[in-house]
Amino acid sequence: MAFFFDLFVNGLMIGSMYALVALGFVLIYKATSVVNFAQGDLVMFGGYIAAALVVLYKLPLAIALPVLLGSMIALGFIVERGVLRPMVGQNVISVVMVTIGLSQVFQGSAAMLWGAQTKSIPLPIPLEPYVIWEIYISPVNLVAALVSGVFLVAFAWFFRKSRMGIAMRATANDQQAAMAVGINVRFIFALSWAIAGLAAALGGVLWGNLIGVDTQLALVGLKVFPAVILGGLDSVPGALVGGLIIGAVESVAAGYVDPYVGGGTKDFLPYVLMILALMVRPYGFFGREIIERV
Amino acid sequence: MINRECGVYQTTYEDDMALYPLPLARYSTLGAVAILLLLPLALDSHAMSLANLMLLASIGAIGLNILVGYTGQVSLGHGAFMMVGSYTAALVTVRLGLPFWVGLPAGGAVAALVGAFFGIPSLRIKGLYLAIATLAGQFIIEWTINHSTWISGGVQSTIYVPTPTFLGWEINSEYRRYFMVLPVAIVAYVAALNLVRSRVGRAFIAVRDRDVAAEIIGVDIFRYKLLAFAVSSFYAGVAGALWTYYLKIANYEHFTLATSVSYLAMIIIGGLGSVLGSVFGAVFITLLPIVLVYVVEGGAALFGFKYAAIADFLANLRLIIFGGLIILFLAIEPEGLFRMWGNVKRYFRLWPYSY
Repeated sequence: MAFFFDLFVNGLMIGSMYALVALGFVLIYKATSVVNFAQGDLVMFGGYIAAALVVLYKLPLAIALPVLLGSMIALGFIVERGVLRPMVGQNVISVVMVTIGLSQVFQGSAAMLWGAQTKSIPLPIPLEPYVIWEIYISPVNLVAALVSGVFLVAFAWFFRKSRMGIAMRATANDQQAAMAVGINVRFIFALSWAIAGLAAALGGVLWGNLIGVDTQLALVGLKVFPAVILGGLDSVPGALVGGLIIGAVESVAAGYVDPYVGGGTKDFLPYVLMILALMVRPYGFFGREIIERV
Repeated sequence: MINRECGVYQTTYEDDMALYPLPLARYSTLGAVAILLLLPLALDSHAMSLANLMLLASIGAIGLNILVGYTGQVSLGHGAFMMVGSYTAALVTVRLGLPFWVGLPAGGAVAALVGAFFGIPSLRIKGLYLAIATLAGQFIIEWTINHSTWISGGVQSTIYVPTPTFLGWEINSEYRRYFMVLPVAIVAYVAALNLVRSRVGRAFIAVRDRDVAAEIIGVDIFRYKLLAFAVSSFYAGVAGALWTYYLKIANYEHFTLATSVSYLAMIIIGGLGSVLGSVFGAVFITLLPIVLVYVVEGGAALFGFKYAAIADFLANLRLIIFGGLIILFLAIEPEGLFRMWGNVKRYFRLWPYSY
């Protein structure tokens, strides 16, 4: 049983990191109705910038972090203005393909700027696991879960209480009505990309610390799809719940099933869950139900 | 001979239904076929291999365009369907000892079944949800083939296939492989042209343009969506099977998500909803890395760099240009190369006395 809880708890912590990436994804979808296939590549880019600042330019973490966050926010703005704005009103295929094109550009330029070999982001976190009730908890996972948790709470507050957050929700609900009451919808679009950039920066540092920084890091973004589909594509709590579920499921499944099938359950089961979710409840646990019968 | 139409002169239904109603179009098509047939006389072995790759890519791209361009169902799983065709062909040849001209339709048929199965979600969901569902399909198929020893067996899921023969004629050089691939590509092209102007093709287009309206005028959406998935996957399966016989190896690494994405890029750059456009896109995307290598190598030689020093740079530059082209085409010319070709043709139609 300890084995199970071990897998489960660590899976939940991984899941909170999925939730962090998923949050950026959901935010962009909710505010601008763009499905961002480049979210994972934003995460990778954040990881690359972090690794470059800390390892190549030898900046202390206290300086590197603000620089990283600032540049990722700027990147979010630039991407929205330069690439996504001309696509407003185009059909779904075009928008999906634009973000896929964007992901290729990100991968190519990250590898070109800072090299394709795997880099590590050294964080001042101890390596020996804590043992609580026979459950081994890796400090890195714990820190990751804490950071994700703090960001998610901060974001929930921002979304519910702050003026900007309320404007974002209004835009998500009805763009025309939001414009009519004087909300600058274009700015909201840019803002949601900037916040997604911020989430991707944190995700990049955490994931980069966990699995190393190279272009493979972008695959995290593909893992986010099952999380957001389970939770509901346009729901912020859904991103959290979906991320946690996917993290826990893949961790437990990997622990129990992998020995029998020779590995790779992690890359398989989340997608099966997602197909099932799509068949039964495409709008997810918390998503807005849009009923359309053809 | 270079006269153009200035009215409708068909007097029989046969004339009206002809694939190329104008003499000019007929002659230029015949000319294109003649050029394709005589191509091996002019090209060396390396150029032949490029021609083969373009033909292979064209078959896959035409298939994807039937699904995405004509029926409007986004699919990110095209690579996986090609993988199904590829492994089916390899198994049919290795286990059952059947020749390649049995393996091709077998690969297509199995891929069509699998494709139709993964098309089932399209009945409930559409647009981006469907894109995500087919993405899942890509991963699930890849994992299944990779992890079931019954299918992929052996080391690193690789199956070696003996040199294909046709009536005792060994297909063992790029020139001979060209004559294995070319007929299939021509059949695929003509079949697609005829499919999209038939009853089925018009139903596909109706589903794409407005599914509710299509349902009301009596198009059975359930059937036609699945049919589109099946036809598209059949093309993918045939392309994958040909790929196996071409390389004499079946390996999942040729058909990853990156493959699916590059096929989508082909039809977007070539032109959604156009058979000829798919071919343009396939040629373009196949040639892109090769032209890039020449250009960058030339530039590097100019500044005295060695090829080894720029190999990494080149791989990354390829990604950036590939992604950038997708973005540019979607922003500037969403209808792709086919539209540009049309513009050129329109310009020369009344040349030199254009308005």
